Amino acid sequence: MMDEGTELSLTIAQIVQRLKGTHLHSQIERQAKECLHRPEIKLESVKEDVRNFLKVSGWERKLQNAVYRELHVQLPPSHPAAPPEHAKEPLAYMRKAQASWEKRILKSLNSMCTELGVPLARKRPAVEQKELTNKWNEMGTDEPDLSRFRPVYAPKDFLEVLISLRNPNHDSSEEASAKSHWGLIQVPLHDRGIPQMREAYSELSLTTGQLGIDDHTHVPPDLFESEHIRIGKKVVSEQDSAAAQQYSRQGCPTGLRADLWALILNSTNEPEDVMHYEQLKAGVIHHDLLVDNLIYKDVKLTASNDDYYFVFEDFLYQVLLCFSRDTAVLEHFSYNSATPPKSYIQGKVGIEEFAVVYPPNGVIPFHGFSMYVAPLCFLYNEPSKLYSVFREMYVRYFFRLHSVSSSTSGIVSLCLQFERLLQTHLPQLFYHLREIGAQPLRIAFKWMVRAFSGYLSTDQLLLLWDRILGYDSLEIVAVLAAAVFAFRAENLMEVTSLASAEAVLADLSTLKVMPLIQIFLFATVI
Amino acid sequence: MSKNRTAGYKGPYGYQKRREGEGRSCVRYKCGLTNTIQDVLRQRPGWMEVKDDGEWDFNWCDVGWLRENFDHSYMEEHVRICHFRNHYELTRKNLMVKNLKRYRKTLEREAGRIEAAKCDFFPRTFELPSEYHLFVEEFKRSPGSTWIMKPVARSQGKGIFLFQKLKDIMDWKKDGSRSEEQRDETQVESYVAQRYVENPYLISGRKFDLRVYVLVTSYIPLKAWLYRDGFARFSSTRFSLTSIDDQYVHLTNVAVQKTAPDYDPEKGCKWQMQQLRRYLTARHGTETIEALFKDVDNIFVRSLQSVQKVIINDKHCIELYGYDILLDQDLKPWWLIEVNASPSLTASSQEDYEMKCCLLEDTLHIVDMEGRLTGREKRVGGYDLMWNDGPVYREDVNLETLGSACFTANTHLGCVNDRKKQLRQLLKPFPGQKRI
Repeated sequence: MMDEGTELSLTIAQIVQRLKGTHLHSQIERQAKECLHRPEIKLESVKEDVRNFLKVSGWERKLQNAVYRELHVQLPPSHPAAPPEHAKEPLAYMRKAQASWEKRILKSLNSMCTELGVPLARKRPAVEQKELTNKWNEMGTDEPDLSRFRPVYAPKDFLEVLISLRNPNHDSSEEASAKSHWGLIQVPLHDRGIPQMREAYSELSLTTGQLGIDDHTHVPPDLFESEHIRIGKKVVSEQDSAAAQQYSRQGCPTGLRADLWALILNSTNEPEDVMHYEQLKAGVIHHDLLVDNLIYKDVKLTASNDDYYFVFEDFLYQVLLCFSRDTAVLEHFSYNSATPPKSYIQGKVGIEEFAVVYPPNGVIPFHGFSMYVAPLCFLYNEPSKLYSVFREMYVRYFFRLHSVSSSTSGIVSLCLQFERLLQTHLPQLFYHLREIGAQPLRIAFKWMVRAFSGYLSTDQLLLLWDRILGYDSLEIVAVLAAAVFAFRAENLMEVTSLASAEAVLADLSTLKVMPLIQIFLFATVI
Repeated sequence: MSKNRTAGYKGPYGYQKRREGEGRSCVRYKCGLTNTIQDVLRQRPGWMEVKDDGEWDFNWCDVGWLRENFDHSYMEEHVRICHFRNHYELTRKNLMVKNLKRYRKTLEREAGRIEAAKCDFFPRTFELPSEYHLFVEEFKRSPGSTWIMKPVARSQGKGIFLFQKLKDIMDWKKDGSRSEEQRDETQVESYVAQRYVENPYLISGRKFDLRVYVLVTSYIPLKAWLYRDGFARFSSTRFSLTSIDDQYVHLTNVAVQKTAPDYDPEKGCKWQMQQLRRYLTARHGTETIEALFKDVDNIFVRSLQSVQKVIINDKHCIELYGYDILLDQDLKPWWLIEVNASPSLTASSQEDYEMKCCLLEDTLHIVDMEGRLTGREKRVGGYDLMWNDGPVYREDVNLETLGSACFTANTHLGCVNDRKKQLRQLLKPFPGQKRI
C-alpha cells in the first residue's frame, strides 16, 4: 500500500492530467494573461497578484469546483500492478457475472435486430432529416409503430441475475440458522448498520433541522426554514460546489434547488456545453439508431403515463436520444463494472482501432430508464442544461443501479443492505413475508433501481435526491426502502400472499420521505 | 354524542356557542344534479333528501330551476340556495365585460390611473354586434393581431373560434342598412371578441390554464373564500400560432380535449395546483411566484367588486365559482372573463373526484347549516377567507401590529391543504364540550 503522501501526489497528478487541456484550463490561462494589464498587478509580485486576481474574480472557485468534481469520479487508488479491470470492479466473480449479463443483453438486442430486420444504425435520408429537425420540439406527437419492439430487459430480469450471484470463495454450506441471511441476495458484502449510519448521516438526526420535516406548515419558519434559505442563497452566490453539497444534506429549498444541484454536479451551461449538445442533436438528426425505438417505447410506456411527467415527454426524447450518442459518457466505464458493447469492423475482430461501441455512449436503455430524467424536468427547462445535469447524475450515481458491482452505492449492496436492515430490525415482518412467499426484495427492487422515481410524489423524490447528492451515495435509497416497510409493517403483517403485499405497497405517493428516514435511522431501538 | 341542538342553546359558561336561530339537527336538501354533489350531500350526517315538492332547507339547484322557481319561492331565514338570482351578471361574458369596464372607469375617476390599472387583467374585449365599431377601431390599431370569438352564454368551449381578418366575422357587423325583415329573421347570436393572448406560458411546449374555486357567501358586504386546491389543465397538443383553426391547441377545457383525436383518457391532462406552484417556484423562485399569486388574488377580488352593486344580494344565497386563469410568458395572470357559476363537478379521475368531494364538503361546512362555526373563522378546511368587506390578512391585525408594514394576504392557492387536521380542530366542540 502506498503511503498517504504518495497517494496524494498521485491523486493531484491524475487530476492535473484530467483538467489539462479542458476549456476551463484555457479560460483560466487567458484570464491570467489578460489580467497582466490591470494596474494592481505589479511586476515584483506578479505570481501572487495574478493568483489574487483569479481568486477575487471567481476563477479560483471555478477551478476548485472542477477539482472537486474530479475527486467524485476519480478511480480509487490501487496497486500499481493491478490490471485496469480492478478499477472497474475488484471482485472477480462480480466481473464475471456482469460480463455474462452483458452477453445476454447483447444477444437479446441482436436477435431483436435480426428478427425485425431493423439495422442497429442507419443514416437518415435528407427528407427524414428535415422532418425531424422541424419536429424536434414535439417529437412526442409522433406515433411510430413500436409494437414490435420490446424493452431489452426489465428490472425483474436483472433481479434474477443478482439473486444468482455467488462468491465461489464463500462456503455457504453451513446449515441455515438464525445468523444466516433470509433474503434473496447471497453474497457476503460489507454494509453499514444503523449505529454507523447514525454517525454518517448525522445531519438527518432528530435534533437537526430538515427540509421535508421542519418546513411543515405548522412549524414557524423562524425555527429553521428562513435561516436555511438564507444560507442557501449565500451558497449559491458564493458558487461553492463543496458547500452546496454539504448544504444539500438538509434539503434544498424549492426556489434554489436547480442552482444548487447544478453547483454540486459542477454542471455548467457555457457556450461549449451548448455546442456539445447541439452536436449531439445533429447526430440524432443524421442517424437513426435501433435504441432510439427502445427509448421511444420506454417514454411512452412510463413517463407519458405518469400523471405528472407526461407534460415533459418531448424533453425526455431530446435528452435521451442525445445521451445515446454522447461518446463522452464512455469515460465513466473506467470506474463502472460494466463494459460497453463493442462490435468490430468485419475481419478485424479484437483489434481495438476497429472497434465500434454501440450505442455510441455504451448504455443500453432498459424499461424505466427515462424515469431517471423525468424528475429533472421539474428543475431545468433548457435542453442543454437539463442534458448536462442528467449526464452528470448518470455517470456519478445512476449507472450503479443497473450494473453488477461490489460498490457500496451499487445495486447489489443496496439490496443486501435493505434485506439486512429488515432482518435486523423487523425480523417478525421479514419472517412473515418470507413464509407467505413475498420476499421483500421482490417488491422493493423496482423502487431502488429507479431511485424511487415515479413511485414517490415529485416533491418528496426531490427531497430524497437532495440527500443522494449531499451524501454522494445511493445508500439512503436502501434505508428509505426499509423505512417504507417499517411504516406499513402493521398492514403487511396481515397479508397472506405476495399479491396482497404488493397491493399494500403499491401506492407510495402519499409518503413523506424525511420523517420515515429520520425515524428509521434515529428512533429505531437497537 | 347527541345531535339534538335547539336554537339559542347556551354553552356551560353562558356564552352563545353559535348564532341564534341556527343549528339544525336534520337538514332537508334538494339536489338537481347527479354528480359529485349528490354523493357529498347523501353522505353528510343528518342531511336528508326531499323529493318533488317537499320543503327544503338547502337547495343545490341548476340554473334552469333557479330561473323558473326562485322568484316564486318563499324562503325562511335559515334556508340556503347555491346560486344568486342574477349570477349571470358575472357569468355571461358580455354582461361581465360591461360590469368590469364600468367598474374600471369608476375607479379611475375616484382613485386615479394607478388604481384603475389594477383592473387590467383582462384582454381588450368587445361585445358584438353592439360594440362592433369600437372593436374595429381597436382591431385596426393592432395589425396582425389574433382575436378570439366566444359566444356569451355557452360553455365547455362550444362555438369558439379564432380569427385574424375582419371578413371572418362579417355576420356580426352592426349594419344600419340591413332591412327590418333581415334583422328579425337572422338574429345573430351575441358574441364577444377578445384579444388573444399570443404568448401564453408554456410548460414543455404546452399551453395550460388554471381552474380555481372561489366561494362567495355574500356580496354586500363582500365575503369571499378561496380554495387551496385547484388544477392546471393542459392542452393535449403543442402550442403554435400557425394553426389557429386547430381548436384543440388553444382550448384547454377538459370537455374539448376529450374530443381531440389523440386524447387518451388514461393519460389525464391535469396537474394539481400544488404541483404547478412547486414547478413554477422551482423555475422562477419563491418571491416571484408569491407575487404572481398575489396578482391572481387581485383578479378575484376586483371581478367580484365590479358586480357587487348589480348582484341582488340575498342572504339565502351562496355561490361557488370556477374561475379560469391564464398565465403569459411574463408571468402575468390573465382573466379571459371565463367564470363558471356551475363549475363542472363531474370528476375525470379518482383523484379529481376526491378533490371535488373535499371542495364540496368544505363548502357545506362554510354554509354551516349545523351552526358549528362562530362566523369569525379565517379558514375552514381547504378554504381561506380572502375578502371580508376588506382584505383579510394571515396575521392578526391589532393595535400592536397596526404599525407594521408587513401583512400577508390570507390566501394559500396551491399550498399544502391539510384540511382534515384543520377541520378536526375547528369543528371539535359539541354541546357540553369545552373548546380547547
